[in-house]
Amino acid sequence: MKHAVDIAAAVNAKESSASAELQSSLSVIEEKNGAINAFLYVDTDGAKKFAAEVDARIANGEKLPLAGVPVAIKDNLCQTGVPTTCSSKILADWRPPYTATVVERLLAAGAIPVGKTNLDEFAMGSSTETSAFGPTKNPLDLSRVPGGSSGGSAAAVAADMTPISLGSDTGGSIRQPAALCGLVGIKPTYGLVSRYGLIAFASSLDQVGPFAKTVADAALVLEVIAGHDPMDSTSLPEPAPSLVAHVNDGVKGKRVALVKELYEGADEEVIASVKAAVAALESAGATIVEFSIPELRLGLSAYYLIAPAEASSNLARYDGVRFGLREQGSDVTEMYEATRTAGFGAEVKRRIMLGTYALSAGYFDAYYGQALKVRTQMIKAFAKAYEQADMLIGATTPTVAFEFGSKTSNPMAMYLSDVFTIPTNLAGDAAVSVPFGTGENDLPIGVQILGPGRSEATLLAAARVLEIADGRA
Amino acid sequence: MSSPLSREEVAKVAKLARLRITDAELEQFTEQLGQILEHANDMTSLNLADVEPTGHPFGLINVMREDVVRPSLNRDAVLAEAPDAEEGRFGVPRIMGEAP
Repeated sequence: MKHAVDIAAAVNAKESSASAELQSSLSVIEEKNGAINAFLYVDTDGAKKFAAEVDARIANGEKLPLAGVPVAIKDNLCQTGVPTTCSSKILADWRPPYTATVVERLLAAGAIPVGKTNLDEFAMGSSTETSAFGPTKNPLDLSRVPGGSSGGSAAAVAADMTPISLGSDTGGSIRQPAALCGLVGIKPTYGLVSRYGLIAFASSLDQVGPFAKTVADAALVLEVIAGHDPMDSTSLPEPAPSLVAHVNDGVKGKRVALVKELYEGADEEVIASVKAAVAALESAGATIVEFSIPELRLGLSAYYLIAPAEASSNLARYDGVRFGLREQGSDVTEMYEATRTAGFGAEVKRRIMLGTYALSAGYFDAYYGQALKVRTQMIKAFAKAYEQADMLIGATTPTVAFEFGSKTSNPMAMYLSDVFTIPTNLAGDAAVSVPFGTGENDLPIGVQILGPGRSEATLLAAARVLEIADGRA
Repeated sequence: MSSPLSREEVAKVAKLARLRITDAELEQFTEQLGQILEHANDMTSLNLADVEPTGHPFGLINVMREDVVRPSLNRDAVLAEAPDAEEGRFGVPRIMGEAP
């Protein structure tokens, strides 16, 4: 599959057309989706209509940054009239009456949304195994998970079904599948990208971001979807930052900190990749320091109280009244209970109950309140680190892609796969995962680069240095 | 070490969350939620009495706009996706009992 920047250039130059690019994407989906299950829904007719509109705009002389680029959309982002399920039985037949701002911005930029991709139910999981519609397979090894929760969006790009896709990252749900599928994935600064039309999991942590095969493509997509949106009151007031223009800025003179808590406990082959990436940045002119941020060790515990607490409140809306599934009951309370019991899967129930417990009288201060204080400590610790370094580096995940079923019986084991990604979400900062080196069975390893809020241009320039050093572009 | 929470507490939480759970699920959730809370001991055991809590990464501020009418969602389109609707409203089962 061609890269997004090349497709857009060809369509803008009238050497190709949106309709032709869409057709190649649809052919690959048709050929591969049965085995991979990246897409839950392919919107063939809608996509053909969008492609015809883009071709008409190009014929009219318009130049569009994503002209004719097919894009896959995680199925927790609303698109008018297109099923939006969150991979849950409770929303199985729901078609939203409005479109997410990020999807509107992709359409305005000439991209062609081709369909909705699989995820862990309500984005709660790290493997797509909690999806009510079956797991997605890792295109690089069908016996292994693609990561999660945005596993369908990662697999769609890794399998060349689309050159780019959108995911959402609450605790690592873009970076972890990007690492496991050999892609670039960005968790933008909290508030940089609108959440309007993203179905809420944990509102103070959720961010929408891109997957792509190259740093340049990921930068282009983020530049299109970022920027203030009056429909999201947590949206940052500034316009979108300039990213594409800075992708080749390099790392000369930048201070990069290798942080012990961001790789400790990872497999040896993963640690070796992180150290090789540090050496590559040093050769490119960065200054390397090493330090420890002990507060990051508390991230997992704080996250697994804060995120479920917010989820238990956000998911209270699924009660069989306004949308989605309804199971009958003799009165309204029985109807709520029957609907929620039939509609939610085990992981969602587990997190709703954990959150309800953490927020309940008698436990609020000890669990939820304490987690919010740890969050303060973490923000301060990151801020202090960013006085001494322009960016931090570590692993994205402790291991390469793991096999199906290997972590499903033990929730804690699954949660530990997010141990390096979670702290960024708690701080509201930015982070990028970029493939660097390979491990067991030639499977990709992701290196994570973290920076303060609105440091995406710096992080992407560093990711680009690693992409070149790894011989990927 | 005994679980940090009891079966009775888990049953009560399920009720509060409007979820029905079977006996087998009660057993499993009690064990699994206990494991997660045990992991959180690293955090709950800290003395953070002087630390302010953070609910939101950049703090939330009120966002104001002019009080003018703007387009909203189309009512019929919204109700068309509801499990039950009549006369422009969501339909729900009886909320109150028979009149005495």
